[in-house]
Amino acid sequence: MNEVRKSYLLLIFFVVIFILGINFSEFSAVLEKAIRICLSCVGIG
Amino acid sequence: MTKHLRRIIQTIVTFLNNSYFGFIWTKKIFQGPTKAFCAPGLNCYSCPASVLACPMGALQVILGNIRVSISSMKYHFGFYVVGFLGTIGMLVGRFPCGWLCPFGFLQELIHKIPSKKFNIPSKLQYGKYIFLFGFVIILPLLIVDEFGYGITWFCKYVCPAGTLTAGIPLMFLDNSLQRLIGVLFYNKLIILIFLLVSMVFIRRPFCRTICPLGGFYSLFNKVSILRMSHNKDKCVRCYQCYRDCPMHLKFPDGANQLNCIRCFKCYTDSCKFGAISIELVGAQKTDLIKKEI
Repeated sequence: MNEVRKSYLLLIFFVVIFILGINFSEFSAVLEKAIRICLSCVGIG
Repeated sequence: MTKHLRRIIQTIVTFLNNSYFGFIWTKKIFQGPTKAFCAPGLNCYSCPASVLACPMGALQVILGNIRVSISSMKYHFGFYVVGFLGTIGMLVGRFPCGWLCPFGFLQELIHKIPSKKFNIPSKLQYGKYIFLFGFVIILPLLIVDEFGYGITWFCKYVCPAGTLTAGIPLMFLDNSLQRLIGVLFYNKLIILIFLLVSMVFIRRPFCRTICPLGGFYSLFNKVSILRMSHNKDKCVRCYQCYRDCPMHLKFPDGANQLNCIRCFKCYTDSCKFGAISIELVGAQKTDLIKKEI
């Protein structure tokens, strides 16, 4: 496969994955975790 | 010239990633909606000043909760984080490590402390894939508790950015947390101190050997839209690029090596022979980009 085409197809693939993640509301899971103190990160949980 | 521009951008990005200073009064971490967005670099979301989420922490949480998410029909597979990081990786490869990562910036600053400098065996660079695939992906997916939840292995047992920017500050902010300090905390503290000392003697030791985020981006270096190019006919193998490279890479050994963080120092400062150029897939844009930098 043409190298240029491969790069752009992969880029499109990841953009689509990203949009899928938004559609599944994964950002809300990220937000839910990020607004609480992560005890693992701190080193006590 | 690139160096100054890079320093300015690193400083601004570090500040923007950590621009919540209300924690001084509230004693709490930032809880605004911007935390739904991932930072492009390693920036712990439990740092009291952080206004963005850590992509590695977020990915571990989503993968660790995948069973529960499927059983509750939410279907969170990590597409949001992987898609975000993959898009950046496909566009610019490891560029965020060189320009946008606060922890990478810290390593470069500490390395400025005058001392004898050392290199590390190149095989150690593969360590970051153990942390990426083992600690960030496989362990959170496979090892779960009786309720189906996995843990954030990298954050819990390794991440020095978490210890430095979340663990230590929060211990001062919240006295109740101090009572919970145990072996785990001291284990992470030892890792942090070891790495901080290493940073004085070794260029970016964490980025080169441990960082799972750098490991993820590095997989895209050879296929990204923006990439480096080496003209063997013009190269005199003076290795000035090697002496200047913050990742200790010999450019003639490969233009888009796994550890290249696209700081462009070799391109703008080191190479006087025009052997190094920047390529946007398909078309050489050397002069255009050089002028902009």
